Amino acid sequence: MSDSALLQKPRLTREQVARCAARELPDGACVNLGFGIPTLIAEYLPPGLTVYFHSENGILGMGRRARPGEEDYDLVDAMKVPVTLIPGASIFHQADAHLMTRGGHLDVCVLGGFQVSEKGDLANWKVPGAKGSGGIGGAMDIASGAKKLIVCMEHTTKEGAPKIVRQCTYPVTALACVHTVITDLAVLDIRPDGVHLREIAPNWAPTELQSLTEVRLIIPADVPFVIST
Amino acid sequence: MFGGFGGAGFPNNLIQALVRKGIKDITAISNNCGTRDGELGLMFKHGQIRHVIASFPGPHSTHFQESFAAQKVTLEFVPQGILCERMRAAAAGLLGFYTTVGVGTEIAAGKEERILNGKRCLLELPLHADYALIKAEKADALGNLTYRLAARNFNPIMAMAATTTVVEVDEIVPIGAIPPEHVVTPAIFVHRIVHAKGVRYV
Repeated sequence: MSDSALLQKPRLTREQVARCAARELPDGACVNLGFGIPTLIAEYLPPGLTVYFHSENGILGMGRRARPGEEDYDLVDAMKVPVTLIPGASIFHQADAHLMTRGGHLDVCVLGGFQVSEKGDLANWKVPGAKGSGGIGGAMDIASGAKKLIVCMEHTTKEGAPKIVRQCTYPVTALACVHTVITDLAVLDIRPDGVHLREIAPNWAPTELQSLTEVRLIIPADVPFVIST
Repeated sequence: MFGGFGGAGFPNNLIQALVRKGIKDITAISNNCGTRDGELGLMFKHGQIRHVIASFPGPHSTHFQESFAAQKVTLEFVPQGILCERMRAAAAGLLGFYTTVGVGTEIAAGKEERILNGKRCLLELPLHADYALIKAEKADALGNLTYRLAARNFNPIMAMAATTTVVEVDEIVPIGAIPPEHVVTPAIFVHRIVHAKGVRYV
């Protein structure tokens, strides 16, 4: 299949990527979700799983978004959206919130990404040449300190350029911080010896995936598991 | 310093008073740079802020973005947690600390880098302010403070890192009315209390 035909081929939806990431969260885990696809994860938790969602403005144990009429604007997430609390939640100041991110106290952090390098460097805070000041927010603290960092993003840019690259060309958020990348085509683990293919999207061949990835993937001898969502 | 995050816990009455007073050439330390005309936006609109130290100016910080594009205001980016810790260092009388946050990124420029425990890290310096303008829910007459839900955010940290802390509160209660173990910011950090009906920009 030609590259342009490959770009037309169906991929996982954002919801399916979020569902796939939700499976990585252990029961009872304390988890920070970043902007983009990660915010959807809270909606697709497997039934019966309790996860204590952390927000950088000082919440552990965020529940679902507030329903109309239920909003309390003193209780918002990092995107300013009114939220609720689950039993066992706690509230603290911003320094303690980031002590949790930087100090490796959270079990899993999930961020969006523009690029991930084969060494696990992450670029997710600034698009080169974009208008305006941009903003770092908590991304650098979260990425630097995460015990397990999952990045959810599209496998390529809209134009088809790989986002899993040898070296980030976008401004970097943190070096060697990413453990797992979940894209609309694959689940990949970043280890010291390289980028390992763990699961692949339905109807995609490893060779097709490779042609949209700048980094040489380590593909297991047996056919990788297909992502089912 | 100006407390607040995500629309919660901003000292909006104090900000409006600063606008009425017309003070200029302010260096502002705040996570965000306002929401349109709200919060710090009002001060950028009136050209009162010359330099800002922030982690996330914000997608709706229109007055800041205009001033920034016109080079009327300068910006120092600080990662959000490091912003907190630099204020805490100032509050605690520490002269600096090393962190892995920012290594290999744009914000490492000009900072001392060394290796500690086998890890590359950067030296960060304390961040102190002449004034902290904060928002709390309740104060007793001494200045012991409590906060409501996530309106706490940066407020207790900033209260400790400034020479003079001015707090805007919804309610002032008699000394002793706040159980001591519920006090979040002890009165030693609070210098002025302003009782004001909350202004909120949603």
